[in-house]
Order: sequence, then structure tokens, then C-alpha cells
Amino acid sequence: MSKQQKQLNEADLHAYVDNRLDAAQRAEVEIWLSNNPVDAERVADYRQQNEMMQALFNPVLNEPIPLQMHPQTRHRSYMQPLRYAAMVAGMVLSGVLGWSLHGAEGNRQPQVMAMVNRAALAHVVYTPEVLHPVEITKDQEEQLTKWLSKRLGNNIKAPHLTEAGYELMGGRLLPGNQGPVAQFMYQDARGLRLTLYISSKMAGKGEASFRYAQEGKVGVFYWVDEDLGYALSGEMEKSALLHVATAVYQGLNQ
Amino acid sequence: MDNINSDIIEQIPRLRRYARALTRDRTSADDLVQDTLERAWSKLHMWRRDSDMRAWMFSIMHNTFINHIRKNRLDTVSIDDSALEMPTRSTQEDSLHMRDLSSAIGKLSFEYREVILLIGLEQMSYEEVANVLGIPLGTVMSRLSRGREKLRGIMAGESAPVLRRVK
Repeated sequence: MSKQQKQLNEADLHAYVDNRLDAAQRAEVEIWLSNNPVDAERVADYRQQNEMMQALFNPVLNEPIPLQMHPQTRHRSYMQPLRYAAMVAGMVLSGVLGWSLHGAEGNRQPQVMAMVNRAALAHVVYTPEVLHPVEITKDQEEQLTKWLSKRLGNNIKAPHLTEAGYELMGGRLLPGNQGPVAQFMYQDARGLRLTLYISSKMAGKGEASFRYAQEGKVGVFYWVDEDLGYALSGEMEKSALLHVATAVYQGLNQ
Repeated sequence: MDNINSDIIEQIPRLRRYARALTRDRTSADDLVQDTLERAWSKLHMWRRDSDMRAWMFSIMHNTFINHIRKNRLDTVSIDDSALEMPTRSTQEDSLHMRDLSSAIGKLSFEYREVILLIGLEQMSYEEVANVLGIPLGTVMSRLSRGREKLRGIMAGESAPVLRRVK
């Protein structure tokens, strides 16, 4: 034992464990520890506690954030009445005919409209992502489509849109209204992003005509083919988006 | 507004990690995060620009957590329950140890749990923890010291004897 070395302060021992000491203080603690095996053992155990906590819970950091935690979802929920009011006002202006047509459309395809809504939302949530725009990147395209096909219970493929000027970035699995849905993301040379949202178990069979909806800044072309529903979302001119939607449709039916 | 939203979103993974460790249950954890976010959004007018978003969000989560405990929305884990889990533990040394840690954390009272996790997992400074939990620095240090020692004791004692009695 060194000459009357001063007692190690408990706070310093913890600060040492947590790497919060400067070099001089660290050296002092280390001298103490080399002479006091009981404290050295505590330090080793406490450090191990920290390391194990990290190992055990850090993977949570990489889990995709549930959709309902995004502020967009929240804004949407209180925007809804306003949008509805605006829609009703529009209907009143455009007269009874418009109203009844809309009613028919709405009743016929609530499931499809719900899909369009979620597709636009998922577009807004994931396209601005810098680090994790997709869950699986295009380097593992085969794995990606296999996995999504399995989860959606359908043969899912990512159409190639190179000719339309868009490269596949990858895709992810998302919760939909009726089970899992797939989202593929594409990017053009300027970095503009499009998403293709695919939902299985769609009831409105065989309706392969394109329809268009506008959700805020996002335009969506959607259609149902067999029992798969598709929604292509992008923040661009309707005509430009239609051009890509056509390429998607062709790519899927090759 | 958009900037504040993205500042909040940026904290979500950390909040989820902390909540998962606090509650050790995915559903209760995400519940806790969701309530925390709701509160944060509704109190956004109280948020001062240039102050620390992480500290603000974590202190809201602390209050939400205490509320959940008061309303009994979070189970306090009983020692008997975790003893029952033990016989099915993996034989692999590492994961066995990890599960020990997870169940040991659950046996600590929440005051210790919070301090140990904010420091060891979230790697906050002692001052930040005092600020987030609204307690004096001295209390942080004493909870840290006692909490770590308790955790160590639980982990050291959490081996065979209890099980043998069960069998």
C-alpha cells in the first residue's frame, strides 16, 4: 500500500466507470484501484453492467419507427375534420349530382381509399429519411422481394423504372389496414423520390384503370390488379407521375 | 414547425430504447413513448428554442412513466415471476447473462432503474440526469451508487439456490 493515500471518493469511482474523468483524475483512481481489489472488482462489474445494457437495448435504435409515432399521423388526424368540411362545402357548390357521384365512389371503394391515404402518408414519412429511407437496399433485391412476397402472401416484385429515369433504392415492410404492405422507393438523378405502395387482399377485383388522388402535396396514382392494390406516390406534376405509373404498370406485367 | 418536428422525431429511437429498458416490454414501452410524444406535442408552446430537446423529451417521459406507474398501467415485476422464467433460459453463456441483467433491472425500484439507465444506457452526464428527473445532483449520485450495487447483488445472487428450491 502506498503511503497515506487519500480515500477514494465514491462519486469519482462512478465517474471513472462512466469515463467522465480527465487524465489526471483517471490516473489517480487507477492507482487506488491497483491497491484496492475490492473497489477494482466493483468498477469492473459496473462497467459490465453498462456494456450489457448497451448490448441488450441498442438494437432498439435500429427498429423502424412505428407509423403512429410520426407527427404527420397526428396532424392528419386533426386535419381530417377540416378536410371533410372542405369536401362537403365543395359538394354543396357543385350540386346534387357531384354529391351523389362522390357517395357512390366512396361507398364502392372505402378500402382502396384507405390504401391511398396510407400510401401517401408512408410516402411523406419515409422519403425524407436520410439514413434509413429503406429497410433493405436494392443490393439485396432478390431477398427483399422474396421476403415481401412471403409476408404479403403474394408474388411481389419491384418493377425496374430505369427507362422512366428512376432507380430502385430498396423497400420496406409496413403495417397496412389489412395486414402487412410493401413499400418500394425510387430516386431519380436529382434525388427526387417516388414510392410504390403495394397492398394485398384488395376486394375490388380486376379494376386495372388508373385513378388519381391528391393528398396535400403528394399526388397518388392508384389501381387494383387481381387482388393487389398499387399506389404510386410522388410530389410532382400529375402528367409526370402518370408517365411513371404507366412504366410501373408495364414493368409489373412484363 | 417542421424543424421542431424533425427534432422530436430524432429523439424517438432513443426514447424507445430507454422505454424498452425501463419497462422491458415492447408494448408497454411503445405505449409510454406514444404518450410521451402526445404530451410533447401538446406542450410544444412551452418548448424554448435553443434548449436541449433530448433533456426536454426525457423529462416528459419521466413524468409520463411516473403517471403510468401510478395508474398501474405498468406492472411492477414480482420476484416470483422472474424466478419462473429462469429454467427456460438459454444455455449460451452470454445471452444467459444478458437475460439476468434484464430481469435484474426489473427488480430494481424505478428510482434506481431510471438513474442507472439514463447514465449507463443513454450516457447522460450526472447533471443532465439531475435536470431530467428534477432531483439534486447529490440524489443522483446516491441513487447511482446504491442502484449499481443492488443490481450487482441481484445478478450475483440470481443463480442456482432459488431454482433448486423450486425443483
